[in-house]
Amino acid sequence: MSDSAQRCAGAFGSFRGGLAERLVEKLLFICALSSILIVFFIIAFILKEGIPVLALGPDFFFGMTWKPGQGQFGVVPTVLSTFIVGIGALGIAAVIGIPAAIYLAEFAPEWLRALIKPSVEMLVGIPSIVLGFFGLMVLVVFIRDNIGGWGECILAGWVILAVMTLPHVISISEDALRAVPRTYKEASLGLGATPLQTIRKILVPNARSGILASLILGMGNAIGETMAVLMVIGNPNIPWIPSSVLEPVRVLTSTIVIEISYVVWGSTHQHALFALGVILFSIVAVLNAITTALIRKGIRTGCR
Amino acid sequence: MSKIETIGLSVYYGDGTVCGLKAVNITIEANKITALIGPSGCGKTTFLRALNRMNELKGAQTKGKVLIDGIDIYNGKVDVIQLRKRIGMVFQQPNPFPMSIYDNVAYGPRIHGQRNENLGTIVEESLKKAALWDEVKDRLDENALGFSGGQQQRLCIARALAVNPEIILFDEPCSALDPVSTARIEELLTELKQEYTIVIVTHNMQQAARVSDCTAFFLMGELIEYGKTSQIFERPKDKRTEDYITGRFG
Amino acid sequence: MNRGEVAEKLVKAGLLGAALISVAVLLIVVAYIVLKGVGTINLEFLTQAQYRFGRGGGIFPQIIGSLGLVGVCLLFAVPLGVASAIYLAEYAPNNLVTESVRFFVACLAGIPSIVIGLFGLVFLVYYLHLGVSLLSGGLALGFMILPWTVRASEEAIKAVPQSYREASLALGVTKLQTIRRIVLKSAYPGIITGVLLGTGKAIGETAVVLLTAGSGLESFLPRSIFDPVASLPVYVYLLATTGNTSEQLERAFGASLVLITLFLLMSIFALVLRDRYFKRMRGRGGG
Ligand SMILES: Nc1ncnc2c1ncn2[C@@H]1O[C@H](COP(=O)(O)OP(=O)(O)OP(=O)(O)O)[C@@H](O)[C@H]1O
Ligand SMILES: [Mg+2]
Repeated sequence: MSDSAQRCAGAFGSFRGGLAERLVEKLLFICALSSILIVFFIIAFILKEGIPVLALGPDFFFGMTWKPGQGQFGVVPTVLSTFIVGIGALGIAAVIGIPAAIYLAEFAPEWLRALIKPSVEMLVGIPSIVLGFFGLMVLVVFIRDNIGGWGECILAGWVILAVMTLPHVISISEDALRAVPRTYKEASLGLGATPLQTIRKILVPNARSGILASLILGMGNAIGETMAVLMVIGNPNIPWIPSSVLEPVRVLTSTIVIEISYVVWGSTHQHALFALGVILFSIVAVLNAITTALIRKGIRTGCR
Repeated sequence: MSKIETIGLSVYYGDGTVCGLKAVNITIEANKITALIGPSGCGKTTFLRALNRMNELKGAQTKGKVLIDGIDIYNGKVDVIQLRKRIGMVFQQPNPFPMSIYDNVAYGPRIHGQRNENLGTIVEESLKKAALWDEVKDRLDENALGFSGGQQQRLCIARALAVNPEIILFDEPCSALDPVSTARIEELLTELKQEYTIVIVTHNMQQAARVSDCTAFFLMGELIEYGKTSQIFERPKDKRTEDYITGRFG
Repeated sequence: MNRGEVAEKLVKAGLLGAALISVAVLLIVVAYIVLKGVGTINLEFLTQAQYRFGRGGGIFPQIIGSLGLVGVCLLFAVPLGVASAIYLAEYAPNNLVTESVRFFVACLAGIPSIVIGLFGLVFLVYYLHLGVSLLSGGLALGFMILPWTVRASEEAIKAVPQSYREASLALGVTKLQTIRRIVLKSAYPGIITGVLLGTGKAIGETAVVLLTAGSGLESFLPRSIFDPVASLPVYVYLLATTGNTSEQLERAFGASLVLITLFLLMSIFALVLRDRYFKRMRGRGGG
């Protein structure tokens, strides 16, 4: 060892504690990897359990009848119903949520925003079982007495899911609207356009991708939602393709919950339910991917 | 006696593409105040942070040598922790921790293993040296964020003094302060140099002229001229130094 | 007033109405559950076990079960989530690895809870032989809220001003000590807010618990973490969908009220904490 190196060790101390520091860093890194690991495990296990039925191919993906007792596992009516329920809910959420976002972003006085924002956030978290119970006791009864049918139906599912989707639509749309540069708005107002014209011609078109993202994310949430929808849509014994919004239907999530409790472990039926899980997972993943892409695009084009 | 000496000190940012500092050779005296001046972006902060190896935090690469008491701090065997204990730093914006005055000053010594019974004395002495004791001695438990900018900056000085450094680096310590607070800190600097070696970055020519013994002028990452403050301000040798000091650019 | 102005006023009123709907829904649901459930709440209901499929008795095992599940869930998700966040915010170089960690955290957050329930069932209950149990249910809930704790913690850690870290490092304090004494200390209200919001999610989650932790109607307390456990959401679910007597429905409302109270307490506490925290971060309200 050179002379200067030795003196140096005396003056500044040599590397102590460095080992512990690096050990902790490694440990933290492993923790950070856990999320990746969990996602991989989820995909692997759900897929593995679903494969025996996914392998049925067309009989599964394009089959029209779902009769586990007779070994028929056609998924079309369930998937179709899922989309019908999801899209309708989204329509309602959009009709209410986008105007609400516009109001919050453009007109709301500070105190009202301070009231509405937290309520919206809390609405996201209200246990879905409680919302479903409320729907069952109030909404379903209301529909049965005033509109007709059994009450437990697509319409009830739409309303309940719209309530659950609304917060996402409002908050992401509001962010998108706020991200539109003020200068655009001022330019428009300066040209003599009214605030409403400015909103229609400038704000909304510029926030388009963000608003769209909120809708698609909302749809992903609606399709993945389980308990609230299960309690109000009736779940007939055999999934079918409905012909009216007052008919009960079955969706992917409700089918899984209802049938999993009496399935024989290892049977084709069990694999079929996991195959439904795979489909559900894939639909939601695609919708989430689109949302992410749209939000990225919005950030790139919007904020400058 | 020379306390700090740099030999061919260069610093690169990014992937080695941006050069923040180019082959700087300088010798800084003990118990003196050395001022670093130059236009914005000329590498003053980069130089200062090379002295306590803080540039590494931003992923910068350093070439050349920095000798402190004759030992190269970049030689790979030096413990940065020990190094930074010996070299205090005060930043442009006062940055006290969001805790009480007492805890702010005691933070360093506590972590470096000082016994609790010594802490009171250390805190008091450091605050006295930083000329803050009289103003805060009855308010030691109050959150530091509730004090004025000037008081916060002196608190940061006290916090640095509490770990008993030999060198203190100041990066434009007065740029966020009012004139009265600035005057107090300048006064303080002159007192501190009895015990410490001080390097101070400043944007303000008058400040450099008032407080420093030596002045170094930087331009685009290069050390242009270095000498006694009186010489630099009265008889600059380099045309660029003269232009800068007389306010022709910068 | 001309027609244009009237139209403007009308549209504005419509927009306001839309904005108020979410508040109205929240109030109506909460009010309804409170009105219907408050009559059921009494000491017996809160401290006894149910009998005859919810026709009598109370929800003590359900309350304890739900708290136990949330406890296991937090024991799993909080340390792991905070550690991940520290890595991402303080150590991670910006490269493929960290990008993919963030991507997978987002993925996990997007997975429908029923899929997590299915995974818990096949992986925890069958593959790892943990059985339908408190442990399985808590872990599955932990998978569900892990991404939320990671994100909330990462945001809270990133909100700590860089100047605090530099000041600490410049005093010769190691990075680890700086994280422990300065960063986490400043970030913890934000972290707790995130954890509370996650807890609110976990305590109301039904599908996951139904598949992994057991029927909601057990009338005993689990003796170990390997026992099945009752829980409030599953209790509500079973009584609401299969119950047909007024006693059962009353009890479902009572349990809903307890559930929603727990949830609201946690949310309000979380929001207040966040508010105070941001004020402090801006340097106000120091002394
Ligand atoms: N983190 C960084 N990444 C890339 N380049 C940097 C970084 N920090 C500084 N630089 C570059 O290095 C050069 C010197 O910067 P430095 O901050 O040292 O200047 P300065 O003299 O302190 O300026 P100022 O008076 O504005 O504080 C500048 O050109 C700057 O753009
Ligand atoms: Mg600088």
